[in-house]
Amino acid sequence: MFLTISTTRTAAGPATDLGFLLHKHPDKAQVFATSYGDAHVFYPEAGAERCTAALLLEVDPPALARRGRGKGRSGAAADAALAQYVNDRPYAASSLMAVALRTVFASALRGECRTLPERAAAPLPLRIEVPALPARGGAALVVRLFEPLGWRVTAEPVPLDAGFPEWGDSRYVRLELEGELRLSDALRHLYVLLPVLDDAKHYWVSADEVDKLLRFGEGWLAGHPEQQLITRRYLARRWALTREANERLELVRLADADDSQVEDLDNAVEQDGPEGAEATEGAEGAEGTQEPDRTTGAGTPGEPGGADPADPADPADPVEPHVPLAVRRREAILAALRAAGAARVLDLGCGQGQLLAALLKEPRFTEVVGVDVSVRALEMAARRLRLDRMGERQSARLKLFQGSLAYTDKRLKGYDAAVLSEVVEHLDPPRLPALAYAVFGAARPRTVVVTTPNVEYNVRWETLPAGHVRHADHRFEWTRGEFRDWARAVADRYGYAVEFAPVGPDDPEVGPPTQLALFTTTDPQLATKEKEEAA
Amino acid sequence: MSTEPTTGASTGTATATAADTAAAPRTLAVTDMALVVLIGATGSGKSTFAARHFTPTEVISSDFCRGLVSDDENDHSATNDAFDVLHYIAGKRLAAGRRTVVDATSVQQESRRRLVNLAREHDVLPIAIVLDVPERVCAERNAARPDRAALPRHVIQRHQRELRRSLRGLEREGFRKVHILRGTAEIEAAVVVPERTYNDKRDLTGPFDIIGDVHGCAAELEALLAELGYVDGRHPEGRTAVFVGDLVDRGPDSPGVLRRVMGMVEAGTALCVSGNHENKFGRHLKGRRVQLSHGLAETVEQFAAEDARDPAFRGRVAAFIEGLVSHYVLDGGRLVVCHAGLPEKYHGRTSGRVRSHALYGDTTGETDEFGLPVRYPWAEDYRGKAAVVYGHTPVPVASWVNNTLCLDTGAVFGGKLTALRWPEREIVDVPAERVWYEPVRPLVAQAPGGREGRPLDLDDVAGRRIVETSRMGRLAVREQNAAAALEVMSRFAIDPRLLCYLPPTMAPCATSTEEGYLEHPAEAFAAYRSAGVDLVVCEEKHMGSRAVALVCRDEEAASRRFGVSGGVSGGAGAGVTGALHTRTGRPFFDDPAVTEQVLARLRAAATAAGLWERLDTDWLLLDGELLPWSLKAAGLLRTQYAAVGAAAGAAFPPALAALEAAAARGKGDVGALLARQRERAADARAFTDAYRRYCWTTDGLDGVRFAPFQVLAVRGRNLAAELGQDQQLALVDAMVGADTSGLLRTTGRLVVDTADEASVAAGTTWWLELTAGGGEGMVVKPLAAQPREAGGGLVQPGLKCRGREYLRIIYGPEYTRPEHLARLRQRALSHKRSLALREYALGLEALDRVAAEEPLWRVHEAVFAVLALESEPVDPRL
Repeated sequence: MFLTISTTRTAAGPATDLGFLLHKHPDKAQVFATSYGDAHVFYPEAGAERCTAALLLEVDPPALARRGRGKGRSGAAADAALAQYVNDRPYAASSLMAVALRTVFASALRGECRTLPERAAAPLPLRIEVPALPARGGAALVVRLFEPLGWRVTAEPVPLDAGFPEWGDSRYVRLELEGELRLSDALRHLYVLLPVLDDAKHYWVSADEVDKLLRFGEGWLAGHPEQQLITRRYLARRWALTREANERLELVRLADADDSQVEDLDNAVEQDGPEGAEATEGAEGAEGTQEPDRTTGAGTPGEPGGADPADPADPADPVEPHVPLAVRRREAILAALRAAGAARVLDLGCGQGQLLAALLKEPRFTEVVGVDVSVRALEMAARRLRLDRMGERQSARLKLFQGSLAYTDKRLKGYDAAVLSEVVEHLDPPRLPALAYAVFGAARPRTVVVTTPNVEYNVRWETLPAGHVRHADHRFEWTRGEFRDWARAVADRYGYAVEFAPVGPDDPEVGPPTQLALFTTTDPQLATKEKEEAA
Repeated sequence: MSTEPTTGASTGTATATAADTAAAPRTLAVTDMALVVLIGATGSGKSTFAARHFTPTEVISSDFCRGLVSDDENDHSATNDAFDVLHYIAGKRLAAGRRTVVDATSVQQESRRRLVNLAREHDVLPIAIVLDVPERVCAERNAARPDRAALPRHVIQRHQRELRRSLRGLEREGFRKVHILRGTAEIEAAVVVPERTYNDKRDLTGPFDIIGDVHGCAAELEALLAELGYVDGRHPEGRTAVFVGDLVDRGPDSPGVLRRVMGMVEAGTALCVSGNHENKFGRHLKGRRVQLSHGLAETVEQFAAEDARDPAFRGRVAAFIEGLVSHYVLDGGRLVVCHAGLPEKYHGRTSGRVRSHALYGDTTGETDEFGLPVRYPWAEDYRGKAAVVYGHTPVPVASWVNNTLCLDTGAVFGGKLTALRWPEREIVDVPAERVWYEPVRPLVAQAPGGREGRPLDLDDVAGRRIVETSRMGRLAVREQNAAAALEVMSRFAIDPRLLCYLPPTMAPCATSTEEGYLEHPAEAFAAYRSAGVDLVVCEEKHMGSRAVALVCRDEEAASRRFGVSGGVSGGAGAGVTGALHTRTGRPFFDDPAVTEQVLARLRAAATAAGLWERLDTDWLLLDGELLPWSLKAAGLLRTQYAAVGAAAGAAFPPALAALEAAAARGKGDVGALLARQRERAADARAFTDAYRRYCWTTDGLDGVRFAPFQVLAVRGRNLAAELGQDQQLALVDAMVGADTSGLLRTTGRLVVDTADEASVAAGTTWWLELTAGGGEGMVVKPLAAQPREAGGGLVQPGLKCRGREYLRIIYGPEYTRPEHLARLRQRALSHKRSLALREYALGLEALDRVAAEEPLWRVHEAVFAVLALESEPVDPRL
């Protein structure tokens, strides 16, 4: 909520020319109303040698909360859980500061100065201090963003709490920028990069303001080495707006009840961007190069270029170098289903619906049912499958509904086949017997296909640190032996025969990256006679 | 005629002839739950007969119904409508179990068929009473009635012809009793004798000992009878044994079991209903072809040997089985005993359908993974007043579901032979000597809940649901709330078998108008005083994280009661002795070994305090707070609380310095701004101080504290409902006092009399001292257990009064500024209060069900509903 801009005397004029350039008189303290509170401009020093202008945004938290519930967000979002009263906005130089900059220094941002046009058009020695800058990506990213623009950057992380050094650093940095730049450029850098560095979560600008922000990047953004990141974060923020509007408020409240964050609960699927745009960074469209998980992403996605252990890169396969594992997995599943002659298929734990899409492409699958416990996953599957635009004949083949394999579910009975692809490892081991009963005991499809990672293969993922699971939400990963023991025990108990197949390159030492088990009932129509006597 | 269901109608009276008229007056047995169809030509005297023998409301006449629909009792064009009305009224009466007499000619088979069907639909006996009067008499009577005088003679003649044609076939048509009265003399002299159905034993009040499926386990039966106090088939206190059927098959000595039970029934010390196995064995004894499967072969073999010893026994058994009734209504209608369970609408009724349901239960037509029929879970829908005690389906544990109890605990499969003492509702069982017969289906389904009948089903929790609670009636859960809870419950919660309870939310006291305060104890005391609650206890809040601990005495107790040990996959379940979970059912510690360490300390404290013996239990469910707050809320602290403090701490010093510099320059007025910023900086520091008090560094369990404040439930008892807070705290204090590990922390408390000003002042002072040092505040609870308002409504189980400094964490650093306080005082509390009460009722319901060892789905239903309600839109700061 606070920053200072200083300059010193040059041959072109005294430091106090800053007042003309900012259109704010150094001998006055002025107040401007913004949507989030009053913006004050005053000068702690104003001499010919050195002049400092200070911008202090006096954020009004209740106004912020009201604003959070206001326009641009659906009525459903009018929820106190989002209108956090414990909020860093009054203290940190957040995206709200960018809004204040534009309100207070609109002409300076445009480089307009009728009194001293030549000074506005020329670089001057500038020093900008932002004592509490929220910076997702830390001091290093701050440097990466400002340095290419000609600034000498000092960025020191602020500790979370000096009383608890073990908590480490906060997401704020104390920022000092020094350089010879035009004032309008400096302000435009701040105007664009403050929100980029800010966490998007509680930022409530409307979409058209975002477009304005993009316009202020003209002239410097195109050549910036981090242009992609800057652009993506803008877009990400726009999606975040959509996402917040669709926030599962029920989950927000459950997280709140448990002193945890909604991200810890609503993490079954990675946040989705607008169609196609997702491929810009390995968040989701990673199928080309990475081991994608059907239900990705507990926690924040890695920074671009940084290794994200959740998605280890697929090591080069000498035989079929360009087929990603996820595609191979789907092909293996489809082949098993075709061989079993299955027509009506359940995809249990369908995630974002990649397998559903593949199933729908084959007319032999006359009924395709996607079940997931995550409502968000189902929403994303519906979007991915373009359910709203699907023809009647197609959509009649598809069902999507929320379900949970912790419970028996009569809707799942009577199908030819069920697929549990990369699902079992997302359950805590004590809850696996319930899943086995729900699928093999109660639903009892003729065929069940189960795939799961082979933990032995993890040593072959170069980007995966030793001992790590492939995904943050994996509650376990099995060796080939463990998987087979489990599968055989389940098959025995529920009257199925089971065979195993590798998916992906079958390493002679550690086996394939994915293991597949194919279960087939041994007695589909076992003794229905003498119903009444059986007791 | 000795048995109700065997071969249809009682035909004795039907063979009586007109020649007998000189003999004693005819007595007509009419069952009290029956549809009586009077049959006779017009003018045969049906209405007179009906009026003499039945009450006016029992009789529905077609003439009357004609009048109802057409204003003319003789308007034959209205006949169809009239009979619609007649059948409708009769149906309603039969559904309500009321005897009904139909007064219409009913001489045509078609019209009687509809009535027989109506009786069957309502599972009551159709009874025919035929008035066979000479045509001349009919004609004379009609002539005497002005409205019928014009009736042509041929109508009466047709009626007579149709009647004669019908007489012999009435039993075939389905009438279970047929009384034919010939001639006016016999009709005049006839006496109707009410008769009860064979299953109506409401006059027997016991006490009873109801015994589950024996299946030839003679030794176990003798052991159980001895355990129940029977000496040679007779109870010294005159108790009556009631067998739920399936005495035979599979086990080692079916003849022995039959001999014992038949002896007791003959001696009048036992009743017995038929099981499906008796039914099949009975058919075998009658020479019908039945498959010798499901253990019948063993019985047949044993009887072949028995024949050598006692050749007459086989015949006696056949007669005994022939005489078995499908179910009994006992003890004034409070108890129904049958073999396979019976919905309320069938109680006391008689029909093939009722018998079939009583013997075989209701099946869905599907088969399960073992090829056995899937039974429809009728008991889950049961809402009847009578307790239904039955057998048929082997369950590992006998447990009450909706006032029904299955006593088949699989004695023959190596389980137990179980009895219920009625009206004591006490379970008595003896273990099987061995596995006498291998079950097709393992007794225990591996999935949670399978042990007590069936695993959890999505219908128990998902969609819009209504949960019945004993304290607040039917409570609704909305679909979207259930959907969110399903997600959290499925992905993050602990094993549902160990999740017996989720703590309800608690409302704050009414908003205070005291200057500088948003919450103040005066409001809490006043609220209870006005609800008529005098004594309350103030309990210190610890500002940890709410935690529920399920502590079993040992691994075996955990396995026995909650069925969690020896998991199959991944070795999970081994070594589990309980659970420690958050208010959304998540485990507190990722590492189960750490959980077990906490449980071990709690167990040691409970043992040292002698709680196992004092409470006669091998498990305890504790409610408390786990400290420090930073242990659980680390993520929230990093991203929200500490972050706010860090940002403020970094921003204010340079901002204040700049303002001071500007003020020193004397150009432009920044004085007011500077003053405000100084205040804001101070508020931010106070905020940081506030959260810091609830944070400290822990290492493993070092530094972790648990402050229990309630023993929620133990075996057989819902202590949260039963004990007052003073007794609760005494239990908890005993544990804390006995703890040597340093884990347990005591909860400060003060009893306040809300009617005594001095006491209230003391309570306020206590709170002020508690919170001045930054304490979270206190909860005010009625001292007595489960107090109710004068109107009978539930009183809030507790009201929280949070400290002024603590509330900065909730309402923001600057909430104490007058303008903010003024705005915050507008907070709306009613939804929070309603939610708190609903969750409280559901929580106690879950504890009731856990204490009563109800099936898992019943417990889980209530627990899940609490979680679902937690996602209702309520101001989270309350």
